[in-house]
Amino acid sequence: MSTALLYAWTGVVLCGLGLFGFIAHRHLLRRLLAFNILGSGSFLVLVGLAQDGRGADPATQALILTGIVVAVASTALALVIFRRWYRVSGHSALPEDV
Amino acid sequence: MTRHLGRTLSRNAFAALLCVVVTLALAWALVERPVPAEHLPQRVAASLDASGVSHPVTAVLLNFRSFDTLLEVGVLLLAVVIALALREAQPDHPDRMGLDNPLLRAVMAWLLPLMLSVAGYLLWAGSSRPGGAFQAGAVLAAAGVLLRLAGVTLPGFNRPALLRSGLAIGLLVFVIVGAAATAGGGALLEYPVALAGGLIVLIELALTLSIALALLSLFRLAPPHADHPGDDARQANDGADASAEPRR
Repeated sequence: MSTALLYAWTGVVLCGLGLFGFIAHRHLLRRLLAFNILGSGSFLVLVGLAQDGRGADPATQALILTGIVVAVASTALALVIFRRWYRVSGHSALPEDV
Repeated sequence: MTRHLGRTLSRNAFAALLCVVVTLALAWALVERPVPAEHLPQRVAASLDASGVSHPVTAVLLNFRSFDTLLEVGVLLLAVVIALALREAQPDHPDRMGLDNPLLRAVMAWLLPLMLSVAGYLLWAGSSRPGGAFQAGAVLAAAGVLLRLAGVTLPGFNRPALLRSGLAIGLLVFVIVGAAATAGGGALLEYPVALAGGLIVLIELALTLSIALALLSLFRLAPPHADHPGDDARQANDGADASAEPRR
């Protein structure tokens, strides 16, 4: 088992945890945190696999850097929308539809 | 009640089972992954001389795959625009953020020059070693957040036109430089080799400003106005009626 695979498996476990958190919790903030854990896991998979015995891969690192900025922007936007939703409805979760 | 609890438990157990299955499938897929046909680091290193910068990540971000970065800056701007649009609909009274703490102010006097020089260094270092516009922008935004938490209002933020042009300048410079490359007969965002280094620094300078402003705006756009949904109306009444009970 290589180091790259260890990193990637850690990322996969984070993905699984994030996915479970996203399904199990209804509170919007918890869901946002779960979404971020899921995203971090996928970043770790990508950047971990890319250094597979061939040194650091600048293309993947640039891709992850782009992804991180977009994740930060979407998280901040989600927070602004959640606050708006909370002010409008008074609820911290979306209505159940199932 | 017990039935409801039982239902939640069984639902969570089902979800956990599914997530474990997905995790195992992903882990197995990683073991059985195909070997990439092309060695990307080698290819980046081979054409690094033509990129205008000597750090491979910066070369990929702002030259080889600059279209990705352009779209990313667009996404950031879009997020701020949506947040601004949601903000306009809210009552615009002073928020409760801003701790008037002498210790915080004293620490800030030490930290701010340091943060500004770190941001400048990161921007400058980006062309030859780890660093670049995004890191510098993030440090600048953190300095702005610190100022905001200490209750210092940045002068430009009260002038929407100035703030909006600052937010847009990164994307604007990027698009203008990218489009100018087509005037010389090249492809979009294909910089002339001789000018590439200077153009990348120019783009990074504008990007740093815009990214810092975008992150700071996103932070400022969700201020703690009220703890409960009803508080806004109550506070508005307080403002109208001078004899109302004292505010918290």
